[in-house]
Formats: sequence, structure tokens, C-alpha cells
Amino acid sequence: MATYQLTVNGETHTVEAMENTPLLWVLRDNLGLTGTKFGCGMALCGACTVHLDGNPIRSCSTAISTVSNKQITTIEGVANGEDLHPVQKAWMEENVPQCGYCQTGQIMAAIALLEKNPSPTDSDIEGAMSGNICRCGTYERIRKAIKKAANPTAQ
Amino acid sequence: MKTEINEHKIFKVSRRDFIKATSLSMSGLLLGLNVRCSDTSKKLTGNPDAVFSPNLFISINGSGEVTLVAHRSEMGTGIRTSLPLIMADELEADWSKVKIVQAVADEKYGDQNTDGSYSVRMFYTPLRKAGATVRTMLEQAAANEWGVNVAECNAKNHEVVHTSGKALGFGYLAEKAAALPLPDEKSVVLKSPKDFRYISKQSSIVDLKDIVTGKAKFGLDNSLPNTKIAVIKRNPEPGAGLKSFTADEAQKIPGVLKVFTLDAPGFPTNFNKPLGGVVVVAENTWAALKGREALQVTWATGINADYDSLTYGNDMLKRAQAKGKVRRENGLVDKALASAAKIIEVDYVVPHLAHTAMETPCALVHVHDGICEVWAPVQDQQGTRKSVAAALGLEVSAVTINITLLGGAFGRKSKPDFVVEAALISKTMGTPIKILWTREDDIQHDFYHFPAAQHLKVGLDKNNKVSAWLHRSVFPTIGGTANADANEPDSAELSMGMIDFPYTIENIRCETQVAKVKTRIGWLRSVANIHHAFAVGCTLDEIANARGIDAAQNLLELLGNDRHIDFKSLTAEFWNYGVPMEEFPWDTARFRNVIETVRDKSNWGKALPKGSGQGIAAHRSFLTYVACVVEVTVDEKNKIRIPKVDYVIDCGTAVNPERIKAQFEGGAAFAASLALKSEITMSNGGVEQSNFHNYQVARMSDAPYETAVHIIENNERPTGVGEPPVPPFIPALCNAIFAATGKRIRQLPVKLV
Repeated sequence: MATYQLTVNGETHTVEAMENTPLLWVLRDNLGLTGTKFGCGMALCGACTVHLDGNPIRSCSTAISTVSNKQITTIEGVANGEDLHPVQKAWMEENVPQCGYCQTGQIMAAIALLEKNPSPTDSDIEGAMSGNICRCGTYERIRKAIKKAANPTAQ
Repeated sequence: MKTEINEHKIFKVSRRDFIKATSLSMSGLLLGLNVRCSDTSKKLTGNPDAVFSPNLFISINGSGEVTLVAHRSEMGTGIRTSLPLIMADELEADWSKVKIVQAVADEKYGDQNTDGSYSVRMFYTPLRKAGATVRTMLEQAAANEWGVNVAECNAKNHEVVHTSGKALGFGYLAEKAAALPLPDEKSVVLKSPKDFRYISKQSSIVDLKDIVTGKAKFGLDNSLPNTKIAVIKRNPEPGAGLKSFTADEAQKIPGVLKVFTLDAPGFPTNFNKPLGGVVVVAENTWAALKGREALQVTWATGINADYDSLTYGNDMLKRAQAKGKVRRENGLVDKALASAAKIIEVDYVVPHLAHTAMETPCALVHVHDGICEVWAPVQDQQGTRKSVAAALGLEVSAVTINITLLGGAFGRKSKPDFVVEAALISKTMGTPIKILWTREDDIQHDFYHFPAAQHLKVGLDKNNKVSAWLHRSVFPTIGGTANADANEPDSAELSMGMIDFPYTIENIRCETQVAKVKTRIGWLRSVANIHHAFAVGCTLDEIANARGIDAAQNLLELLGNDRHIDFKSLTAEFWNYGVPMEEFPWDTARFRNVIETVRDKSNWGKALPKGSGQGIAAHRSFLTYVACVVEVTVDEKNKIRIPKVDYVIDCGTAVNPERIKAQFEGGAAFAASLALKSEITMSNGGVEQSNFHNYQVARMSDAPYETAVHIIENNERPTGVGEPPVPPFIPALCNAIFAATGKRIRQLPVKLV
């Protein structure tokens, strides 16, 4: 066991954990941030996607020992108070979720995509989102919501 | 599957009952609703109860807030929104003032087992009556208040309005309405569909904002003080036991608290028994997982240690060539085949499949002081309650099941084995226990969709007319998971796309063969319709090709004149999803209509470049008529893409069209997984796949780019939409691949090289 300092959604936390503990379980077990989901444990499905210094990472396969002194953002940290992130708004306008379980990971991947590429093509979207599985099959609406978030006034 | 019996009794409930059932404290008007249902197919549901006596509750408090109880499980269909919406519409409630509360598992609610695509079908009319009864009482309360005739008072958008223009709010009237006797059922008038405020209109799901902000609570998202985490190492062969284990290394992992065993159930395992194995309980998830990794276990072998799915599949295919047990016979098939001018003889093969909902099985359970509290994502709420009570030796009344959101289910979470595991572990530990199934656990210890081999032999006579249809279906029945003697498909399984063959061919015979169950088999979204629709839909395309006519035209010709098919006279085994044919007939006019409409909407037969093609298929399942045209492109590397899907569906009254469309978009993607990606294989009794790298499912590029869903508008009784998207998609896709490449697909998943 070791002590780690990590910054999540702008707040600094000190946690005790084994050094190879995945960030996912620290977020969920230690910090109670349950918006980030377990899906596969092998970085294959994207349900656990969070941002590390703005980059999308799979928290199920990122050891706690590697994230000290970096900025971690989870789904709980993307809205500005009651004002939702444009991607969250687009997700609501397009009625994307079905069961909803994978959607926080999908939204985190989409936010990271749009920060790097504000006007993604279909192929850019497919490339950035191919690591995120939705078993309910909401892919069409995910694509539409990303386009809407990129260009809220277009139809 | 369940039958709705036409006995909807509405009654006033005591405040105490309401609080007990919902953990809510309420004042104002409370109404219960009694819906009687009978279980007509115990095999499919595994639910032993024949008659239920349920209650649903509506309440309005003094501030006008309407609370509606959602009593069925939300797994992504939108049912937690759609059922309350029906009540709110008849009630004339303002949706923005409605609060939805999830019911606990209780027989009072009647059937809560959320499967079989029947939540709306079963509860549509009872919920309308419940809403209308409350509306009638509010109108009477207003009439009394004003001293006018109730005929002059109409509820409208959360108030009762008098013809003079004056109005009283629902909140004001609640207490007064509560004092009134229940109205005579005959005086309760349902709204005319043209006056619907919410039914058949666009509606977002009630959990939408919580989902996109990460606040929605799924099975792993609740916690109690002092909760410990448990994982289990299970024998790869379901039902088989443990020889020995060493936990020395596991115990050294910091945070590991206890290692102990759970008994294996033997085989058949049944639907609600844990598989047993070695349990590791730890302070946190990672310690539990590392502890499990450090276990050294030697497993015993059981009666299915020889199970090899390849050998088994070959054996089924071999048996499919020989005459089997006749399940439907009309005319003289052998004679017609002997005199046929042309014969089509084909075999269709599908593998085992796993559910892989994104949320793996999980639960939070606390056994203490003679009671058990559960928070879990389960489809079969009452079945879970009974299974947990039985495993713990408690009365059912001592077990409370709180239903969280389900992170997908597709049939897996109708089996409560994982909740029982957590309950047994909590009993041993004396603390709250959260059980985690890793993806490997989920893929390797599922209740698998059955593999199937089918043989079809079709005769065309010298006039190019289809004269004979022989269909043999071989697959291990779901019933075999609970009953060692069940080794041939049952009537319900065969009525999912085989013996309910609707086409007018003079000579038809359907047969089955024995197939012993060798692993845990369970139902997966649309069940036996998957392999039957695949084989039937593709064979019909082969017939069109052999006859040299258009595939859509072939379907319409074979369907014959508009009529209600009297299936009972064609086969004694026909099963109509548990409901009477008088209420839900097999109506070929509706089937014809969806086929004709999809032909028009999809621009069927349009010119397409080389490497592209369209395919068509139509299928009735869960009482819903669906026709589907899939367009594919196949590139030089044999990558299959699906630019467009057109569905036309007739599901009767479309209560929530927005969510119906979502079910079909998602159903197409789900079916694309089954057709193109997914396969479970078994050797030495265990599963060879372990995670999403080797059990693949559709990703964005595999799913359809655009799914157009055309809903036929009518006022027929509503029918299912969760499962019906899946069956026709697969043959339509495979027929499109044939159109694009000239290659017939007769085995899933599709392999073009």
C-alpha cells in the first residue's frame, strides 16, 4: 500500500492504494465517483473513459501510480454547475441513451475528440469512438450528437 | 410469457400500504390497481407462479405533485417512462409535475418480470383505466365543490375546468377526491386516441439528465457503510465442483479479508442457483481481484467435461439430415418433394452467443438481523426475491429487492444467480457485500443462447410454384437448464419462427431432433426467432432466386390472400406469445402491409454499384409485424458496411414512438453483432472466449449508419418492440450480402473469406 495524491475535477485527494490499482477503482471505491463505469478491465470497451490532462484514457487500465500530479477529469466534472457541457446537451437533445451505462464513457470520449478536432468528419468520429462499445446500439445517435455539439445551429 | 386476463380491478389503498410498497410518505389521493395475469409458459420464464395479485399506485399530494410507481425494470427500453406516461395521459396530468418512483419487488404489483416484450402490451389498458379513474374522481370532487353537474367539469392539464371557465388544480382537489367513493367502472370513460396528450407523441426518458451527468444509479453504484467487495472463481464447467484450493498467496494481498467456498449445484444447474466456487472478499475491488488471481484451484470434472461445441454442432447438423419428431404437418411433403421439378436443400448453422450487457452481473446485498436488503439490476424482481429467500432460509417477506437501473440485460438479468451469490456471501461475512462479475466472468459463466442446426428442403413444381416446405430445427432447449429430461425444443420455442410459418404452401412439415443440454442455456433478445428467422428468411430469398422472381414479390405471393391464420388447426403446438388468437390474431393483411410499405420506403430494387446490395425479410414476433430492408456494401477486403436499414413495423398503438425508434435502431446494431461478430465456442466443458477482443460485438463502424424506422399508425392493441427488431434484420442482411457478392450465407457469424 502507498499514499497517492491525485487531482480529480480540480480537487486534490489523498488516497491509500496498492500501486498497481487501476484509477477506475480508486475513483469508484475511494472517492465515490460512480459515474465512471466498469465494462471490461482491459481497455477494450471504453466505459471507464476519463480525461488525463485532457486526453481520453481508459481508467480500468491506468495504474494509480502513473497519474499523480496530473489533472483527471471525470463525467462529474465536465458540466459548469447546472450548465451542462455542450456534448451533454447534445446527448439530451438527440435522446442518445438507452440503458445509459456506457454513455458517460462515450461522452468523455466525444468531449476529448471535439477538443482536438472541433469539426470531425464521419470517419474522424468513427476513429475516435471505435474504442467505445454500446451494446444497446446507440451509435447512430452518438454520431448525430457529436455533430450537433460541434455545430449546434446546423440541422 | 404471460397472459393478460381481463380483470382489472381498481381499488383504494391505505396510506400504510403505499408507504410499505414504495418507501414513500404521501398524503392525498391514493389509488391501487389490480391486474391479474396468468403464466402460460413456465418453461420460458422459470417463474412458478400461476396467478398474481398486483397493485400499481397513483398518488397526488396537496401541492399537486403526481407520483406514479414504475413497477417494471428499466434496461434501456424506456419502460420507466412509457408506463407512467400512459397513466399520466388518461389522468390529464402535466408531465412536468409527475414524479416516478421505482417499486420494490412485490407480488402486489402483479407481474414484474421484465422480459418477453410485453410490458406495454399487458399494462396499456389497465394503466389507462387507472389514470381515467383518478381523473373521474377529480372531476367529481370539483363538481361537488362548485355544486354543478360533473358533466360540466373536465380535467385538463393538471386542473379541472368548468364549462364557465373556472378551474381547480389537482393539488387542491386531491384531498377531496380521496374522500369520494370509487366511481362505477362503467362511468369511467377512456380518452379518445385523438385527445392523447402524451401517448404516441415524442417523449424523452425520465432518467436522461442523470445518465448524461453520471448520477444515474446502476447495480454497482450504491454503497452502505462497511461494504466489502466479493469476487468468485468459478469452475469453467457449469455445475461442476471443486477438488481443492490454496489461498495462502491470496491471503497475503493487503485488503483480502476472507476466502471460502460456495457449493456447486451440479447439472442441470437451474436458473437461479449460483455456480459455486471459491469466494474472495476484500476491502476494495482491486484487492478482491488480485486475491482471486492468486488462488490456486483444482476443479472437479462433471458430466459435461466432454462438451465441445464444434463436435456438438457437427452432430446436430448430422441429425438434422434425418427424419425427426413431427411438430407440424400439413399435406404430403414427401410426395410433393418426390414429384418436384426443382429442389432447394440447405443447412443453416448458428453458434452459442453470450449476452454481454455493458453492465456485468452485480448486486449489493446486506443480510442482517433476520432480513435481507438487496439493490440489484434484475429483470425478474419477484423471482429474485424468492430465490434469495430460499437460499437464505428466510421468509420472502424478509427480503427487500430494490431495483436499480439495469445497464443492459438482454435476458441475462432475468436469472438471479448473481444476487443469490451476494446474499450467501453477506450472510457468511455479516457485512454488506457488493459482488462484481468481471467481463471474463460474464462471458465464461453466462446462460448462453442455444446453438442450432437447421435443414430445409423446398420443392418447386413444374409450374414454378412452391409445392413443399420441410424444416428441421435442432437445438438444445432452454428448459434443459432446469430439467435433465428436457432434450428437445418446446412448443413456444418452435412458435418463434418455425411452426408459425405463415406462407400458403400446400405441403408443410416441421420436425425437431433430440439435442441434450450441455451447458447453461438461457434466452437472449428474441430467443429462437434468431435462428429460425435467419434460416426461413434466407431460404425464402433462395426460393425467389430459384423461381426467378423479385424477393419482395415472392413473399407477397406466398403469403396469399388477406386472412387471419387459424394456426391451431395447422398445429396443436402453436403458441401465440401467451395471448388468445381472438385478441391478437395472426393477420396476414398487416404482415402484407409492412412488406409492401418497406418495399416503397426503402426504394427496393434501386440501382446500386458493384459490391452493394439490398436484402429483404419480414417476421412476426412478440405479436409485432416487422419488415426490413438492409443495404450493404462489401469492399475488396471483404469489410461489410451497412449504410442503410429500413424497418416498417406494425406494433399496434405506438405508445412512445421515440423509444420505439430507439429500440429498432439499437436492435439493428444488436442483430449486426449476432450476424457479423459474435461467437461462443466451448471445449472441455468451458468457454474459450474471455473478453471483447475474442468475443466481439458491433462497434460504430459495424452498426448501420442510418436506420429509418417507419411505424404504421393504427389504434390496434400495442404489442412488443424490444425483441422484434432482431429476427428479420439478420436474413435481410445475409440476403443483401448475396445480392452484393453472390455468396450465400448459411452460417453465423458471417465469414466471407
